[in-house]
Amino acid sequence: MSPSLSFANVTVGYARHPALHHLTVTFPSRSLTAVIGPNGAGKSTLLKAAVGLIRPMSGRITCHDCRQRDIAYLPQLAEVDRSFPIPVFDFVAMGQWRRRGAFSAFRRDDDEATAHALAAVGLVGFEGRTLDTLSGGQMQRVMFARLILEDAPLILLDEPFSAIDDRTIGDLMQQVERWHTEGRTIAVVLHDLDLVRERFPRALLVARQCLAEGPTAEVLTEANLAAARHMTEAWDDHAPFCAGEAA
Amino acid sequence: MTPIDLIQPFIDFAFMRRALSGCLILSLSTAPVGVFLMLRRLSLTGDAMAHAILPGAACGYLLAGLNLYAMTAGGIVAGLVVATLSSLVARATPLKEDTSLATFYLMSLALGVIMVSLRGSSVDLMHILFGSVLALDDTALAFIATIASITIVVFAIVWRLLVMECIDPGFLRVLRGGGATAHFAFMGVMVLNLVAGYQALGTLLSVGLMVLPAAAARFWTRRIGGMIAAAAAIAMLSSALGLILSYFWRLPSGPAIIAVASAIYLASVLAGSVGGVLTSRLAFRHRSG
Repeated sequence: MSPSLSFANVTVGYARHPALHHLTVTFPSRSLTAVIGPNGAGKSTLLKAAVGLIRPMSGRITCHDCRQRDIAYLPQLAEVDRSFPIPVFDFVAMGQWRRRGAFSAFRRDDDEATAHALAAVGLVGFEGRTLDTLSGGQMQRVMFARLILEDAPLILLDEPFSAIDDRTIGDLMQQVERWHTEGRTIAVVLHDLDLVRERFPRALLVARQCLAEGPTAEVLTEANLAAARHMTEAWDDHAPFCAGEAA
Repeated sequence: MTPIDLIQPFIDFAFMRRALSGCLILSLSTAPVGVFLMLRRLSLTGDAMAHAILPGAACGYLLAGLNLYAMTAGGIVAGLVVATLSSLVARATPLKEDTSLATFYLMSLALGVIMVSLRGSSVDLMHILFGSVLALDDTALAFIATIASITIVVFAIVWRLLVMECIDPGFLRVLRGGGATAHFAFMGVMVLNLVAGYQALGTLLSVGLMVLPAAAARFWTRRIGGMIAAAAAIAMLSSALGLILSYFWRLPSGPAIIAVASAIYLASVLAGSVGGVLTSRLAFRHRSG
C-alpha cells in the first residue's frame, strides 16, 4: 500500500514535439499533490503517461509498490457513452473490475460495496437511473463512486472539478481527503488556485517542464506563477532536435 | 379466412416449415448483434460487412458452383479478413472505424462483382444477393443453428467486456482489460451471422433482420437485456408474418420479411413508449418531482 510515482527525465509528446520536456518529479508515498499550470502545459499528458496511455519518447516512469494497471485514473474528458442503456448501479459496480474481471459473478458483498460507494458520493436513490438522465455534477459523482470501488493505492484525477458547482466540489473534495487520510497517493490536476492553497499540502507547477515542486506555499509564489504564464504554447516546426536526446 | 388458414402453409409444406425455423433461429442470434451494432453506432457497418462478404461467396461460387460449403467458407473468410483489417487500421492509425471499414468493403465489393461477372449470369448474382429462404435444406438449417449457438455462447462469454468496451473504452485501456478482444470477438460473430443470414435472406437483406428489429426495440425499453429480447421477438414476428404474406400474396419471401420488420420499425418510431414521435408529443403531463 501507499506507492510512490516518479518521473525520471521523462519527455512525452505528440508528433515528435515534446508536451513535457525532460521532466523529473516524484509523487511521494501518501502525498496529496495538486498539478497546476496553464492550458497546454502538459498536465493531462503527465497523467496519461503515468497510466500508460502515451509512451514517453525518453526517460522512465516508475511506480513503486503498484502495477501501472492498478492506478485509478479519471480522465478529463471521459469517453463514457452516456447514451448506452445501463443503470447507474451497474456502471458504478464496474469499478470492481480488478477483483471481478470480465467473468466472475458479483456477490452480495460486492453489491453492498457498490451501494456504499453510491452513498459516499450522495447518490442514494439514483441506482436505477440511466446515465443520460444525469447532470454534469451527478455524472462526476458517479465517476467518483466508481473510483471508490476501484480501491486503488494510487489515484490520478484530471480536472475533476471543471464545470462543477461548489457544493459538488465540496463533497468530492471530502472524498479526496478521505482517500488521503487512508494513506493513498493522489495527484489532482486543477486550475482553482484558491482550492489548491486551502486543501492541497503539495503542489507541482508545470509549463511544458517542471517549474516548481514541493509544499504548496513554496510552489505558488508570484515569481513561479509569472514564469508559468510566459510559457510558449506553440510548436516550433523548425526547432532543432534536443541535445539532451543524444546523451 | 380463419387463423388456422394462416398457419396452413406451414402445416402443408415442409419447405415453409424449414424456412420458418431457419428465420426464427436466425432472429434469436441476430438480435444481440443488431442491438450492439446500434449502441456502438455501427449499424451501417452491418450493411458494409454484408457487401464485404460477397467476394468470398463469389470466390466459392467460381470454384465450386452453387455449393453451400464453398460459398459459406468463402464468405466467412472474406468477412473476417475485412473486419480484422479495418479494425486494425482503426485502432493503429488516425482513421476512424467508419472510414477504414468503408475503404475495405468497397475494395471487397468491387472484387466480388468482378468475380461474379467473370462467370455467372445476373440470375446467379440475384441468387447470391437476395437468397432463397424457401430453398433452405436441412444442411443449411443445421448450419444456421450452429452459428446461432456459437453466437449465444460468445455473447455469454464476452458480455461484460463488450458492454464496458461500448460504454467506457478508456477505462478498459487503463486496466489492460481486453477491450480489443471483445471488439474482435463481436466483429467475428457479426460476420458469422451475416453469412448465416445470406443463406436465408441474401447478403443485402440479412442486415435487415439485424438492424431493423434492434432499432425498433430501442423505442420500447431502456434496458439492454430487454432491448435484445424485444429485438428477438420483433425479428421472429417479422419472419412469421413475412413468410405468411409471401405465401398468400406470392411475394419474394426475404423482402417480405424485411418489409414486415420495416413496418414494425416505423410503427415503433411513431408509437414507441420510449421516445416515440407521437408518444413523446402526447406525454405532456409531468410529475411533480
